[in-house]
Amino acid sequence: MKNNFLSFVKKESLHILRDKRTMLIVMLIPVVLMVLFGFAISTEVNNVNVAVVAPDRTDSVRDAVNRLATNEYFTFKGYISPEEIDSKLRSGEVSAVVCFASDFDRRVVQISAGVPSTPVTQLIVDAANVNTAGVATAYMQGVLLGTASQQSMFETRMLFNPQMKSAYNFVPGLMGLIFILVCAMMTSVSIVREKEVGTMEVLLVSPVRPVKIIFAKMIPYFAISCIVLTLILLLARYLLDVPMTGGVSGIVALSLLYLVLSLSLGLFVSTIATTQVAALLISAMVMMLPMLMLSGMLFPIENMPKFFQWVSCIIPARWFIDATRKMMIQGVSISVVWQDVAILSAMTVVLITVSLKKFNDKLE
Amino acid sequence: MSAIVVDNLSKSFGAVKALDSVSFEVERGELFGLIGPDGAGKTTLFRLLTTLLNPDEGGAVVDGYDIVKDYLSIRSRVGYMPGRFSLYPDLTVEENLDFFAALFGVTVEESYDLVAPIYSHIEPFRTRRAGKLSGGMKQKLALSCALIHRPSVLFLDEPTTGVDAVSRSEFWDMLAGLKERGITILVSTPYMDEASRCDRIALCNEGRILGVDTPQGIVERFDSPLYAVSADNMFALLESSRKVEGVEECYPFGEAHHLVANEKFDLERYKTQLSDIENLNIVPTKPTIEDMFIKLMKR
Repeated sequence: MKNNFLSFVKKESLHILRDKRTMLIVMLIPVVLMVLFGFAISTEVNNVNVAVVAPDRTDSVRDAVNRLATNEYFTFKGYISPEEIDSKLRSGEVSAVVCFASDFDRRVVQISAGVPSTPVTQLIVDAANVNTAGVATAYMQGVLLGTASQQSMFETRMLFNPQMKSAYNFVPGLMGLIFILVCAMMTSVSIVREKEVGTMEVLLVSPVRPVKIIFAKMIPYFAISCIVLTLILLLARYLLDVPMTGGVSGIVALSLLYLVLSLSLGLFVSTIATTQVAALLISAMVMMLPMLMLSGMLFPIENMPKFFQWVSCIIPARWFIDATRKMMIQGVSISVVWQDVAILSAMTVVLITVSLKKFNDKLE
Repeated sequence: MSAIVVDNLSKSFGAVKALDSVSFEVERGELFGLIGPDGAGKTTLFRLLTTLLNPDEGGAVVDGYDIVKDYLSIRSRVGYMPGRFSLYPDLTVEENLDFFAALFGVTVEESYDLVAPIYSHIEPFRTRRAGKLSGGMKQKLALSCALIHRPSVLFLDEPTTGVDAVSRSEFWDMLAGLKERGITILVSTPYMDEASRCDRIALCNEGRILGVDTPQGIVERFDSPLYAVSADNMFALLESSRKVEGVEECYPFGEAHHLVANEKFDLERYKTQLSDIENLNIVPTKPTIEDMFIKLMKR
């Protein structure tokens, strides 16, 4: 019976290969999403236009402006007069203005000596975009103070992602999303298609148990997912510069587990849905939306009301994203995230058991 | 022993009784036809006998196996061709046949002699996608796929629906050939004219079997005089004929109306009563299976 299993795999692969449009979409979606989230949709602050008001351009003022101008996150737009501040900000020509006090040098010396003084620099920031304004302000303070930050009370050190690059944050989330899309949605639709078109009837009236046919169906999808996984990891490493200091093998192992989980999720959906449209809707609406909202990909789970925190526990992506973040960015090994791995494994076992129980080899 | 024994089989879907205490037997090597309109319960009967559904009441035995207890044994020894085209349209003719051979754990070569009379018609197109075949060729491919594992009983659910007249005739010739090889065939059709190609037929309507006999025997059971009537105004003819005493039934039948008479019927009186209808023509005619079907349905 082994060779007929292979011919089932072959048949399924032919279905996939002949459906060129779907193939293209499956291969393109990960790339597009990665590039989109990695570059276009980012919460990082890049290229903030800054103008400077400095009545007295002493060496130390020039020094501070120079640090600002050479920083890749800011674009120095030149010196302006105090009267221009309002119009420049309103027109959007600049998003922030730094004003140095006219007696900047003297007062810095005073402060260094411990003499209380009024502020020496003023930051005027366009806060129309709250996120950008907040991050830019914090970062500008850091840049301007430079090494001479004696008066700060806290010393903050950002570990693992010191530049707060959003790509690091999004890649694990994207992986969680893409695999549900490729594995769960595509397998469920392809199984339900057999029911809808009527070929399932013919398959059932044969000595082969349908479970075998369905497992044969999953293999080509698993193969495609592995290609997609390779693609994502390469893009993450070389295009988005995600560190992956913990080693790739652990990330791959975890991803493979998550792939199997997604496939069994697809199998489960196919036992509920009777039409392709229903399968698509269940995969897209019932699985994707909670995944996006509650997995911790977009919004931190800690900020959610208690009820949603509970709901998020049954979303596989939550555990996958959590573990992947730790492994990719903090660089821990897979043994450290054993809890997530255990939860994901348990979910897979439950899903496969329930689907096999639910799978009927009769029509009703 | 009979190839198929159906005993008081009943099946309901909610409030709809799809099959109501159906019983009949099919001999080995017989070509048995289920004749009836859409909604007669033919497809439900096929799904019960191919073990895709479980009956509510009653039971059936196919090739010596019970359809509920031994359903797995039945599945490996019957061939089933559902009413809808149930092959993979994106696979080629050859790939479809190879897949179904693998499904039953055989090779195409092993069964080639059995399939050849049918498959040879479509073999020139073996690299064509199944979805691009004509209706008749699709049916031939589906039949080849259903035969690939040398089934002892073949279930064909409306195989000629949506197929042109020439292909339909060809298809029945192929079934006759398979019967020669000793395969029991249960076939359903809504076309009364195809009934004469069967050894025996069962007329069914609304989940019941109205009668089982040879096509000849069914026709012989028609014991009333039957006339074919025609005139210029066919509609008026139908209306008026129904009012004449001794006319049991009058219904449109092809180009003429068929008129079923009872013992009170008098041909001369009929003609005088309908004298105002122009070009009235009435001749005795031989009953067909359709006449019998209509008669049984009214009863």
